[in-house]
Amino acid sequence: MQTQELLENIKTDLTQQFGDVVISAELPYNFPTFVIKHEKIHDVLKYLKESEKWNFFFLTDLTAVQTEDLKHLGVIYHLHNMITNYRIRIKTFFGIDKPEVPTVTDLWKTANWMEREAYDFFGVIFKGHPNLKRIMNPEEMDIFPFRKEYPVEDLTREDKDDTMFGR
Amino acid sequence: MISEKPKKQKDKSLKTQAETLQERILKNEEKQYTTLNLGPTHPATHGIFQNILTMDGEYIVHSEPTVGYIHRAFEKLGEKLAYHQIRVLTDRLNYCSSPINNMGWDMTVEKLLGIEIPKRVQYMRVIIMELARIADHLICNSVIGVDTGAMTGFLYVFQWREKIYDIYESICGARLTTNIGRIGGFERDWSEKTWQLIREFVNGFPEAFREFSNLLERNKIFMDRTIGAGAISAEDALSYGFTGPNLRATGVDYDVRVAHPYSSYDEFEFIIPVGTSGDTYDRFMVRQEEVWQSLSIIEQALKKLDALEDKTTFHADNPYYYLPNKEDVYNDMESLIYQFKMIMGETKIPKGEVYHCVEGANGELGFYIISDGGRSPYRVHFRRPCFIYYQAYPDMIKGSLLSDAIITMSSMNVIAGELDA
Repeated sequence: MQTQELLENIKTDLTQQFGDVVISAELPYNFPTFVIKHEKIHDVLKYLKESEKWNFFFLTDLTAVQTEDLKHLGVIYHLHNMITNYRIRIKTFFGIDKPEVPTVTDLWKTANWMEREAYDFFGVIFKGHPNLKRIMNPEEMDIFPFRKEYPVEDLTREDKDDTMFGR
Repeated sequence: MISEKPKKQKDKSLKTQAETLQERILKNEEKQYTTLNLGPTHPATHGIFQNILTMDGEYIVHSEPTVGYIHRAFEKLGEKLAYHQIRVLTDRLNYCSSPINNMGWDMTVEKLLGIEIPKRVQYMRVIIMELARIADHLICNSVIGVDTGAMTGFLYVFQWREKIYDIYESICGARLTTNIGRIGGFERDWSEKTWQLIREFVNGFPEAFREFSNLLERNKIFMDRTIGAGAISAEDALSYGFTGPNLRATGVDYDVRVAHPYSSYDEFEFIIPVGTSGDTYDRFMVRQEEVWQSLSIIEQALKKLDALEDKTTFHADNPYYYLPNKEDVYNDMESLIYQFKMIMGETKIPKGEVYHCVEGANGELGFYIISDGGRSPYRVHFRRPCFIYYQAYPDMIKGSLLSDAIITMSSMNVIAGELDA
């Protein structure tokens, strides 16, 4: 199956199963990418993992991202079916005021630390996670350092001017 | 009289307490657990990890790993640096095989930019990546030997790792944190000395490695120590996101070089060794066989390079992303412009997101870039295989002896730099 065909098949199948959950389905750099509504994300992932038709049983990667308007956070899942060798990317976005998304630790054990990392750096709260606490940073830290409101450079520095180039 | 009386009473109550506790332990009513801190800086953990173990005698009941001691926020730093500068950060992930990380990053950026890489450069990359894999596996396997009490093999193969480092040094000038290569190829063509060093390595290494294998592979003491220690089933390994030799030791033949060939790996003939039980001995044996396979890949690559007509190309023709020679910058107008644009971040980078993975020495090393067209990525994420499979460690050592836990950790090839990013 070509990736284009795969993209369309998964999209129609998800729409049949769950109704209008697929917000967009694209193919950047030949990698099927779906944006799913965050209310249904757990059901969709469970279906993709457990249905015999798709069988995406391997969670390659889970990470979070902040959108460019700074008002939304997203979680990005990379799934892999090693038998047919298909990879897909699932994304879901939600408001930064209520950054809640159901955990997938019940589907993949590996999601445990990946979700803790996403919580640690972006403050995404994974509902139902067995041990949602900081993993890399000290526990008394009260910010989520990978959000865009915390720039890499110290803003109080006066000796360096970045207006001409760079970020 | 008054002062003596309470003292006696206290002694008595303590004694009775102790007696009852002993009785209860003998009756197995109440177990006494000991808490043991393994790490953060314990010589047997080869890196900065802490494990708070709850022990029942010499057996591990529960363990609580703490990570993040050398966390350096590479993903955040990457949002500030230009694409060619992030390669320097990838050195510090798995520092036992930094060339694989460097080239994995370069290939990801090349995928984003859509650069075609010449065959000669691809084969040269394959040689370096396989040398790095050999170096990494040598460290891991010889350290399993050290942790089981066999120091000789470790010292013996380290001499050969040193020769691999000499090869890196003759190509890029650095040994451990190599920063080898550029987006599009290498910074300069390899010298005659480099080729000579590679040939010397390919000719001399098999004999030394055979001796190392003879020392451990069928050694009764070593086998007794490692067989059955830290075993994991294929189902659990997949659920825990294992990749690389650790997954293959459980019997799953997943290798990124075959599943998603990059850098012309589809042209090479090699087998994927798999184990059966996923224990320490299987992981050791899978790595041993992979060293032989890597060696055969290097030999094939050398043959392919000899057969190529092209003997001079060492980078792709992409002046927009490849820093020109310093000499040209001073004498050639166009090169000056390219140099200025690259350094000042005026080069056009396409918008988009790209995931690329390579077979690192300890698993699938993935790079995920979201580009918004700026000088540096909007978001960069490293899929570090160590970080993902180390979370299975508490499950793997549950109920085992403390000494088995030590060799389980060294056989998993957990590298602190990669774990903490």
